[in-house]
Amino acid sequence: MQSTKVKHNWYIFRRGNFSYKLDRRVLPVLLALIVLGVIILIGSVSYGEYDISPLQVLQTILGLEDNSRFQLVVWQFRLPRIVISFMIGAALSVSGTILQGITRNPLADPGILGVTSGASLAAVASIVWFRLPPNYLPFTTFAGASIMAVLIYLLAWKGGSSSIRLILVGIGLAAFTSAITNIMIVFGDIRQVQQAYVWLAGSVYGRDWGHVSSITPWLLVLLPVAILQARQLNTLSLGDDTAKGLGVNVELQRGILLLTSVALAAVSVAVAGTVGFVGLVAPHITRRLVGPAHEGLIPASALLGGVLVMFADLVSRFVIAPSELPVGIVTAMIGAPYFMYLLYRNRNK
Amino acid sequence: MASKTKHGDSTRFIQSRAMLPLGLIIGLGLLVLCLAWSITLGAAEISLSTIWDSIFAFDDSSFQHLVIQTVRLPRVVAGALVGASLAVAGAIMQGLTRNPLASPSILGVNAGAAFAVVLTVFILGSPPLSVYSIAAFIGAGVASVLVYALGSMGRSGATPLKLTLVGAVFTAFVSSFTTALLVTSQDTLDQIRFWTVGSLAGRDWALFTQTAPYMLVGLIGALLLARQITTISLGEDIATGLGQNTLIVKGLAAIVVVLLAGGGVALAGPIGFVGLVAPHIVRFIVGQDYRWILPYCALVGGAMVILGDMAARIIIRPQELPVGVMMALIGAPFFIYLARWKLER
Amino acid sequence: MTTILKVDKLSLTYDGKTIIVHELDLQIKAGSITALVGANGCGKSTLLRGLSRLLSPKTGSVHLEGEDVHRMKAKMLAQKLGILPQSPVAPEGLTVHELVAQGRYPHQNWFQQWSKEDEAIVQEALQITNLTMFADRPVDALSGGQRQRAWIAMALAQQTQLLLLDEPTTYLDLAYQLDVLDLLDELNKQGRTIVMVLHDLNQAARYADTMVALRGGQIVAQGTPEQVMTTDNLKQVFGLNARVIRDPVTDTPMCVPISRRRVQREIEPEIRIAEKVS
Repeated sequence: MQSTKVKHNWYIFRRGNFSYKLDRRVLPVLLALIVLGVIILIGSVSYGEYDISPLQVLQTILGLEDNSRFQLVVWQFRLPRIVISFMIGAALSVSGTILQGITRNPLADPGILGVTSGASLAAVASIVWFRLPPNYLPFTTFAGASIMAVLIYLLAWKGGSSSIRLILVGIGLAAFTSAITNIMIVFGDIRQVQQAYVWLAGSVYGRDWGHVSSITPWLLVLLPVAILQARQLNTLSLGDDTAKGLGVNVELQRGILLLTSVALAAVSVAVAGTVGFVGLVAPHITRRLVGPAHEGLIPASALLGGVLVMFADLVSRFVIAPSELPVGIVTAMIGAPYFMYLLYRNRNK
Repeated sequence: MASKTKHGDSTRFIQSRAMLPLGLIIGLGLLVLCLAWSITLGAAEISLSTIWDSIFAFDDSSFQHLVIQTVRLPRVVAGALVGASLAVAGAIMQGLTRNPLASPSILGVNAGAAFAVVLTVFILGSPPLSVYSIAAFIGAGVASVLVYALGSMGRSGATPLKLTLVGAVFTAFVSSFTTALLVTSQDTLDQIRFWTVGSLAGRDWALFTQTAPYMLVGLIGALLLARQITTISLGEDIATGLGQNTLIVKGLAAIVVVLLAGGGVALAGPIGFVGLVAPHIVRFIVGQDYRWILPYCALVGGAMVILGDMAARIIIRPQELPVGVMMALIGAPFFIYLARWKLER
Repeated sequence: MTTILKVDKLSLTYDGKTIIVHELDLQIKAGSITALVGANGCGKSTLLRGLSRLLSPKTGSVHLEGEDVHRMKAKMLAQKLGILPQSPVAPEGLTVHELVAQGRYPHQNWFQQWSKEDEAIVQEALQITNLTMFADRPVDALSGGQRQRAWIAMALAQQTQLLLLDEPTTYLDLAYQLDVLDLLDELNKQGRTIVMVLHDLNQAARYADTMVALRGGQIVAQGTPEQVMTTDNLKQVFGLNARVIRDPVTDTPMCVPISRRRVQREIEPEIRIAEKVS
């Protein structure tokens, strides 16, 4: 029966008892994204006040160039922020992919979960109020984001969680926390307030290898968890009832996935501030490239999100050179029009 | 009161229709009392009789009379008018979009105004408050038209979800530009930060007379449209079926909302949540008829801003909190309450 | 015939206060088609949710082949009992094949995500539901009837003995309704037990072996269509005055409601009396 000619849309790997399937479009897209990523990486490293040609960049990275000046600029100044850009892009994008899957709302974004505003409050408090040195920021913001996530989940819990309640409670709590943030902004010392604003705008300026290594372990845990949860996410996106009917423990799986999503958003916010729209836009573009199955969607959206923020970072240094814009503003300038286009395309649905 | 709404019953607090006008008069009385009470509070306590004298027997040699006339009275009157305007604007938005969560702040009006003001200050340096208000008004107007136009694209029109999302995205988008300006200019940030959270501090008669006409025209227009809004709140198809030209009604209502919300933000900066919360309290009192909802909203909104402003002035004396912050601290829990209890599934 | 599903004193509630289904006893025979009928709000959909563990019981129990449904491992249950909720919605762009493949979830684990057996069963499900040629189309691009068949195919791929369906014909055109019901009948002939909530009484009488009529969360009548579809029961369950005639096509009972106006023929006197009394 199964020998009838049905065209397969999947690569299927089988060995013994092990079997795995992936949408046929995934591998080419991953490959293309990697190539694009490498091109942007080299371009981004070579661009700057101190000119280095792409070839020299490549040679320096591969260790074939002895020029110590090149090495300093490439390794110490430019590479860390570019790597950070890629990492937070990947984190935000996967966070958004998960969120859109569990809420069954293609327009959900980590920002609306209120997590970001919890992090913002923590960041502004630690800059303006407690005047902590900047290296505390990742910890305080991560704590702020996590507390906020727990609060939202508890307040939205009513004999079970519901996506719409999660979103609305998130919006409400975000308003509340930003009121407190505003108090500090109004009464704080102007220099610290400005510093806080830079953070709020989302920035990778001056990030070093310390930042990279502080978030690497998180991503090494969270991204695989997201990929392992892909099948559950597939069933959840068919609706709670169907997922339950398929034998999924919906509350548990949604809890795990939500936690993963929040943690990813928190990690990125901790190291780079609020970089908006990536979690909304990157999953969308990826879904159009590789389809809705999460096994392929999650890794592809991670790559695409990373490449997107790397690109935004390049643009942010380019636009008003020699000054630079916070990268979050560039992602908003790319993301908002795309979102409007999406709405326009779906206007009759 | 809270226990009653919990059950979500549709019975209103005022049962008999005949009581509705009476309630309005009592409400007006209470609002005036709030105004007077608010005027007595401040660095120097002022008695009620002094307030009476300063209005009806003004003595320009009395310092207290001067304080009342130039500082405190304009401030509370501005607060009342702003509150009334925002509440009525919110009620109209909720009726028109059939979205219980619609309000000026959620639909991006405040963000638009804030951006316009920040841009103005960035370019002009330190303009007087009156320039702020013009910029705010323009920004609010452009923002509301844009959000509404984008949110109502397509056959299904302005669905609640679409409008809220467009509002949220618009807010995020515009705010990022606002932040960009503030990040690059410390002077602008210092100038602007008190304004961007919404405040009644330093509002005088000059600023009041500059912005009040918009809001007054808006309020009158709103009351004239009340019957049509009641009809359209049943759904656009039904309103059309009842012979209403919904396009004209929506257009007029949009103008009214721009006048009200724009005027409000021009006078006091972006104050959130009044427009969201007041209509819900009012619906609980009077039911679903906008001919009563709108006037009651004006009273409740006015009272909310005045009381919020009083609280904001008392809470960290001798400094004062911006009233916008105070409203968010009160309003946000209410919003969460709505999301938890009112929207069942 | 053996009993596959046994319900004992089952009470169901959504909020802990309002009891929707009250101490209900029910037995479903293996290999039968059971139709749950009743007026709006009688608790028939709630009962279906209680049978399938979408809703936990307040009191009482549901046993599937002797095992407590609400205590079984979720995946074990999903291998034995499939459920199709009312008008489910697939995410945008999901193809029919991908949807049906989801039905294999309870049989898979992380190491074994797509075995040859999985593929064969999905192909079979597509073939039974006549969707093989639509396998690569997005679900949202299908017609209403095809879409419902795709969801049924997903439940089929689950390969369960028992299939619960909540109003599988809602929002479908009449021809598609029959299409879906015929498909379910065919599945039944192949040995599956089917329990479904149906809105249309005559369709229920036509396809069901057993009809269960509910009112106020309790069973008012159950038995063969002939036993359940009586004028008395229709009056009691739906508050409906009706004549019951034989379906000219299938010879099953058929309900013809008596309206207050436009009645052209003589109606049995006792019904008239009943009408006046009420």
